[in-house]
Amino acid sequence: MPTETRASGQLERVYGLMAEFDQPEPLLEAARRARAEGYRNMDAYTPMPVEGLADAIGFRTSWVERLVFLGGVAGGTGGFMLCWWITVIAYPHIVAGRPLNSWPAYVPITFESMVLIACITAVVGMLALNGLPQPYHPVFNVAQFARASRDRFFLCIESTDPKFDLEATRTFLEQLQPREVTEVEP
Amino acid sequence: MNPEDQESSAVATLDPGPDKVIGPGHDYGSVTDEIGGVVFMPFLKTPRQLFTGFACAFVLVNLLMVAVTWLFVRGVGIWGIVIPVAWGFAIVNFVWWIGIGHAGTLISAILLLLKQDWRTSINRFSEAMTLFAVACAGMFPILHLGRPWLAYWLLPYPNTMWLWPQPRSPLIWDVFAVSTYATVSFIFWFTGLIPDFATMRDKAGNSLAQKIFGTLAMGWRGSAKHWARYQKAYLLLAGLSTPLVVSVHSVVSFDFAVAILPGWHTTIFPPYFVAGAIYSGFAMVLTLAIPVRRWYHLEDLITMRHIECMAKVMLGTGLIVAYGYAMEAFMAWYSGGIYERYAFVNRMWAGGYWWTYWVLILCNIAIPQLLWSRRVRMSVPAVFMIALVVNVGMWLERFVIVVTSLTRDFVPSSWGMYYPTIWDWSTYLGTIGVFLSLMFLFVRGLPAISIFEMREVVHHEAEPVHAHGD
Repeated sequence: MPTETRASGQLERVYGLMAEFDQPEPLLEAARRARAEGYRNMDAYTPMPVEGLADAIGFRTSWVERLVFLGGVAGGTGGFMLCWWITVIAYPHIVAGRPLNSWPAYVPITFESMVLIACITAVVGMLALNGLPQPYHPVFNVAQFARASRDRFFLCIESTDPKFDLEATRTFLEQLQPREVTEVEP
Repeated sequence: MNPEDQESSAVATLDPGPDKVIGPGHDYGSVTDEIGGVVFMPFLKTPRQLFTGFACAFVLVNLLMVAVTWLFVRGVGIWGIVIPVAWGFAIVNFVWWIGIGHAGTLISAILLLLKQDWRTSINRFSEAMTLFAVACAGMFPILHLGRPWLAYWLLPYPNTMWLWPQPRSPLIWDVFAVSTYATVSFIFWFTGLIPDFATMRDKAGNSLAQKIFGTLAMGWRGSAKHWARYQKAYLLLAGLSTPLVVSVHSVVSFDFAVAILPGWHTTIFPPYFVAGAIYSGFAMVLTLAIPVRRWYHLEDLITMRHIECMAKVMLGTGLIVAYGYAMEAFMAWYSGGIYERYAFVNRMWAGGYWWTYWVLILCNIAIPQLLWSRRVRMSVPAVFMIALVVNVGMWLERFVIVVTSLTRDFVPSSWGMYYPTIWDWSTYLGTIGVFLSLMFLFVRGLPAISIFEMREVVHHEAEPVHAHGD
C-alpha cells in the first residue's frame, strides 16, 4: 500500500479519501457528521438516489429548474413567433375569412414547441451541469467503486478541502465505521 | 437482507401475490443481477420463445419491406384508398399506434407524479413500447403522402419555392405534436437509462460491452450532486410529459374533429381519444409484459399487483371510452342534424360496415367488463386474452371512425366503399413486425426494468414504516 510510504508533503497527489458503506443510512449519517466536522468539499456516491443526501453534503442547486423555465419560455415564444411569421409575413394567406394573425390556431404548435425545448433543456442542462459526458474521473481508480452502481455507498472527502489532512481525515472516517477507507488516486 | 453476498443470492422467482410490488428476499445486488443478468445472458441461453418470436416478427419486417418497396414503385394506388375514403388503413394504423404509445408516457410520467409504487418495474418497458409504437405510427402518414421522399416539406424551413406549411391546419399541428412526442419519449427513456448504463458498464464481462455501455453511461458515477440534478430533471420531464401526452392525442383527434364531416365533427373527440389511447396502450403493455415476465422468470419483479393495477386502469379507461360511444350516439339523435343522424344509422346497421361497429362494442365494452371480477383480474391468461381483445377493439374503433364516416359524405354522389387490399394488410402487419422485433431486441439488449428504481423499491420495502400490504 502506498499509504505508509507517502509523506504529508505529497498530499496533492491524492484526490481524496473514500469510505465505503453497506447501506444508505450509515452513509447519510457519515455525510452529516463530516459536514458537522467542518468538511466542505466532499461527494457521496450511491447506486440510487438517497433522500436528503445532497442536503447532508451541503449541496443545493436550482439551476436545472431555472434552465428549464428559460427553455420553456424560449420554446413557446419561438413556436408562436414561427406561426405568426409564417402566416403574417412569409406566406400571408387568408383562410375562411380569419385575420392573418389568427392566434388561437397557433396554440397547439406554441405548446408543443414549449414542451420540446423545455424537455431538451432539462436533459442537456442536467448533463452539462453534472459535467457529463466525462471520460475520466479519479473515483473510478478505487477498485471497490465498481459497486457504487450496484449495492455500495461511498463518501469521498476531497483533498481540495481546506480541512483535509491525510491522517486526520482517515482517522475521522474510520470512526464512522465504514467497511473500508481507501485513498483515491488522482 | 445480506449485504455480504458477493453474487446474486438465489432468490426464488415466485410471484409474491397481489399486495407486493417485489418478491421477498431481494437486496440491491440481487435486483441488479436479476435484471442485468437478462442482458448478459449468453446468447444461446436466450429463452427459445424469444428466438421464435423474433423470427416471426422479422418475417413481418420483410413483408413490410416488400410492401413499402412496391408502394414506392407504384404509388398509393396499390392500397384500397379511393375518393371519398382517401385515408383508409394508413390513418387507422397511425392513430392506433400513437394511441398505444400513450400508456408508456402515462406510466412513466403521470404515475410518477402520483407516486404509484407499482409503476417502477413496468415503466422502462412501456417507455420503450412508446418509442417503438411512435416509430411505427410515424411511418404511416409519411407512406401515405404519395411522394414520401418529400416528407420534409411538412417542416417549416426556408426553401426556394417560398412555401411554408399552414400552421392553422391540424395536420401541421400533428407534425409538431408527433415529432415532439417522439423526441420527448426518447429523451425520457434515455435519461432513465443513464444510471443503468453505468451499472451495465460496471457489470460487463467483456471489454466490448464495457465500452458500449461506458459510452452510453457518459461517465455516470452516482454522485449525490448528480442525483440531485438528475431527479429534478426527471421530475420536470414527467411534469412536462403529462400535458404533452394529453395534447398529442387531442391534436390527433383534431385531425378529425376540425373537419365538418358527420361522424368526425364532434367536441367529445379529444378526451375520448385520449382515454382510448390509454386504454389501448395498457392493453398493449399487458400483451407484451405477460409473456416477457414468464419467459425471463421475472414474476417476482412484475407481480400480480402490477397486472391487477393495469387491468383496473384498462377497465376504468374502457368505461370512459364507453361513455364516449354513448355520447356520440346520443348527440347524433339529440342534435337533430340529419347528416349526423344518418352517419350513425349508417355506422350501426344501415351501412356496409355495420358489423365492425358491433364487433368493436363487443371487444371494447362488453368483454372487458369481465375485469370487474377479481378472479378474472387474478388470472393471467384471462387478462392476457382480454388485453388482446382490447387491442383488436381499439383498432376497429379507429377503422369505424375513419372509414364509415368517409364512405357517406353529405352528397350521395360522393358516396363510396373502401376495401383494403393485400398491400394495406401487409403494411399493417409489417409495422407489427417492426414493433415486436424492436421490443424483442430491447428486452434482450438493454435492462428492461429500471434497476436503480428497483433499488429504491428495495430500500422502501426494507423500511417498516413504508412497508406495503402488511
